[in-house]
Parts: sequence; C-alpha cells; structure tokens
Amino acid sequence: MTGPTAPKTTGETNAPPKIRLRGVRKRFGANVVLDGIDLDITAGESLVVIGGSGTGKSVLLKCVLGLLRPDEGSIEIDGEETVGLSGRARDRVNAHIGMLFQGAALFDSLPVWENVAFGLIQGRRGKREDARARAMACLDEVGLPDRVADLFPSEMSGGMQKRVGLARAIAAQPDIVFFDEPTTGLDPIMADVINDLIVATTKELGATALSITHDMASATKIGDRIAMLYKGKLIWVGAAKDVFDSGNAHVDQFVHGRADGPITQEAEAD
Amino acid sequence: MNVLAIVGRVFLTFLIQVGRLSIFTGRAVGHMVRPPFYPRLIGRQMVEIGYYSLPVVGLTTIFSGMVLALQSHTGFARFSAEGAVATVVVISITRELGPVLAGLMVAGRIGAAMAAEIGTMRVTEQIDALSTLSTNPFKYLVAPRLIAGVTMLPLLVLVGDVIGVFGGYLIGTTKLGFNPATYIARTAEFLEVIDVVSGLVKAAVFGFVIALMGCYHGYYSKGGAQGVGAATTNAVVSASILILILNYVITELFFAQ
Repeated sequence: MTGPTAPKTTGETNAPPKIRLRGVRKRFGANVVLDGIDLDITAGESLVVIGGSGTGKSVLLKCVLGLLRPDEGSIEIDGEETVGLSGRARDRVNAHIGMLFQGAALFDSLPVWENVAFGLIQGRRGKREDARARAMACLDEVGLPDRVADLFPSEMSGGMQKRVGLARAIAAQPDIVFFDEPTTGLDPIMADVINDLIVATTKELGATALSITHDMASATKIGDRIAMLYKGKLIWVGAAKDVFDSGNAHVDQFVHGRADGPITQEAEAD
Repeated sequence: MNVLAIVGRVFLTFLIQVGRLSIFTGRAVGHMVRPPFYPRLIGRQMVEIGYYSLPVVGLTTIFSGMVLALQSHTGFARFSAEGAVATVVVISITRELGPVLAGLMVAGRIGAAMAAEIGTMRVTEQIDALSTLSTNPFKYLVAPRLIAGVTMLPLLVLVGDVIGVFGGYLIGTTKLGFNPATYIARTAEFLEVIDVVSGLVKAAVFGFVIALMGCYHGYYSKGGAQGVGAATTNAVVSASILILILNYVITELFFAQ
C-alpha cells in the first residue's frame, strides 16, 4: 500500500507567506480532526484544500478565520499570530478577509444590497449611501442586475445566492478571500460560472485565496496549488496542474473518484 | 449499568450548562451596557416585544381580571366581605397576575421566536458570517434583544395591569352590582405604589430572562431543524420555569416581613 507522503508545504517563491500555519492541531473529544498542519500560502496565490467529507477541511478554514481555536499550533496572517486573538484585535484581522460560505449564509432579514454592504455598514461604520453604491458595484461585478438589490435572499435561487455571497465577500476589498465549498449544490453550468467569477474577482482584487472543496473541476480551475487533507494531515501539496499525476495513491484515488483504493480500504479497516 | 457514573455524568452536564450560561450572561450584559449600540435593531425588537405582544397580553389580563372578580366575589360572600373585590383584583393583578401572565405569554411568543431565529442563523452559518464581517454576534443579536426585553416588558405589564383591572371593573359593575364610582374608589383606596413597582420590577427581570433564554438556546443550537426545534422548546420551558422561581424570590424580597 502506498502510504501518505510528507508534502512540500510552501510555494515556489521566496516571498514571505501571507498565511502561515505551523503544527495546527484540533480535536473534538477523542476525534483528532487536524493533526499537525503545516502550510504556507504566499500573497496573491490561490490554494485549494481538497479531501473527502469529514476530513477536517471546514475545521481548517474556521481555525484560520478565528471561528475555532486550535488546540495547538500557530496561524500567522501577514506575520501576525492570530491564534487567541479576540474582540477588536480579531476584527482588525478579519477586516482584511472576505468569506464565501457553503450555503452563502446570507442574512434572511436583510435585502440583498444590505447583505453585500453589511461589512461596510456594521463592521466599518460607513455611510449607508456609500455602502449601497459599493454594493451595487459588487452585484454588477458578479453579474447580477440592479433589480435584485431590494430582493430578500429567500426570493432568490441557490446560484444567485452564491453570487450575492461572493459579492459580499469582495465588497470590503479584502486581501484574503476564503471559499467554503463554493460550487456545492449548484448545477455544472452554474458551478462553472461561479468558478469563473471567483477567478476573476480574486485576480481583480489581487487577493490571496484559500478554498476548500471536493469538486475537482472547481479545484483545478480556481487553484494555483492544491493540498489534500486526509486523516488530519496534508498528505500532498503541489501545483494544480500536477494533481491528476501526483504519484500519491490516496490523491489519485480521490481526484479520479475511484471506489477502490487505499482510502476505502483504510476506512474499512478503521 | 453503573448508577453512580450516570448520576455523575448528569451532574457534570448540569455544571457545564450552568457555567456556560453564566459566561453567556456575563458577556451579554457586558455588551448590553457598552457601546456601540444598534438603535435600529433595538427599536425593531421593542416593536416586536412591546407592540405585537399587546393583543395576547391584553386578552390574558382582561379575562384574568374578570375571573378574579367573579371568584373573589363568590368566595368573599361566604364571610360577607364582597366589598373587598375591587381591592383584591387590583392588588392581585399588579403584584402577581399581570407580570407573571404577561411573562409567560411573552416567553411563549417572543422567547420561542428568538430561539428559532438565532438558532436558524447558527445552523446556516449566519452567525459565523457576522464574525467574519467584523460584527460581534453578542452586540448585534443578543444585546438588542436583552435591552428590548428589559425595557418593554414593564410597559407591557403596565398596560396589562390597566386592562386587567378594567376586566374586574366590567364584571364588578355589570354582573356583581357594584356602583362604578365606588368600585373605582375602592380600587384606588388600598393600592400602594409598592404594589405597582414590585410588578414592574418583576416584569423587567422576566423580560431579561425571556430574552436571555431565547438567545442562549438559539446561540448554542446545533444539528439542523431538529436542533432549532429543541432550542425553541428549551427556551420556552426554561424561561417559564425561571419566571415562576424568580417570581417567588422577588416577592420574598419585596414583601417578606
């Protein structure tokens, strides 16, 4: 059996990493979800973390976002240690981060434009008129017409909600954007539209992107590099173009979607 | 099965819940009194708690006042004390029935709605989204509801008191044969400021408890629709029980000799 191999966690450049993880561990009771994650993401790079359901991708993202606190390890953003930050210090870090949630996580009680402008109005205490103008520009950027601005999220399709979520993620012009399963629940055409929008908006912003997905079409399209998470460890990190020829049996099985292979055998053995 | 282990597990779970609720309450109160505030959200919650609860509280108190007048009249007739009906009605309504009934009604209406709304926000990651948008969920979701609960329930109870006393007056004057002027004079004669104030203090405490339970159970809900349903039930049940317990404690503090 081909076991997990130690990955190269850094990109090809010598630039200081925008996001740096060292020895990140997180467990829930006896279940070890993250088991010593080391990862560097350089500025302007788009890294995609792939892995099966329940392998800890979302937990990894939430740890970087500060929504969960790792049990051990270090997470630096722009050279600043963020583990343990709270209150205004955390808000200051988050002000540079945009996030597209899996289900878009739009606020039901607010119209679309206020959802998009939320961070500008509530987080940055900006004027409502200015925030609305920025929201309209962002909606236009993600291909939504002006008429949707006053709709409520419940009046929109899943694809439109994802676009609004993307507009909200980029509204504050963040340096870093996180994407949590951006194409889950969408039809293949809409998924490709969202992928194109992600690539276009992050390039436009010049932002660093960290995405998690198990959709390989999405991963190869939006990622410069891909990392695979398995049993709490990163078992492979490499260029997106190499993922289908990684030489790692676990990665091969996952990216080709084969039922037989080491992942299935080990899961059954567990 | 080890009985001691089960008892120990239950006790530890209870302690964990108490600790978590204490920390939640401390954080919530801290955000309640520290700026920035969200006047728009506070106003929306005040309308929801105060204005939209008025019909249910009004109906509850008017029928309670009517029943109280009937019951006390038939009871007091046994020792020829029918004249005390107006006094009994006003004191019962202002001290006990107004705040407790309004509290229980609002717990069912508002506490459940708060738990369901915040619980849904939790399971759909809207609360996580708030954090990523540099907005503190306690400041944005919890504090406005607590402020609205503490301020609006006393007003609601004040209106409920008036309606409840009016219910007694209606029965007293139309069914029991009291002279309207005499009934009003009897109502005012023995009513003391402390009767009304104690009821309003109870209402403020109940308003806090209802909002706190709604927010707490919603905030920690998990597991999708089933979790939100459980949070809603727990919010109403815990708020109702706490209202009854605190009602006794506050009565003891105000009136125990």
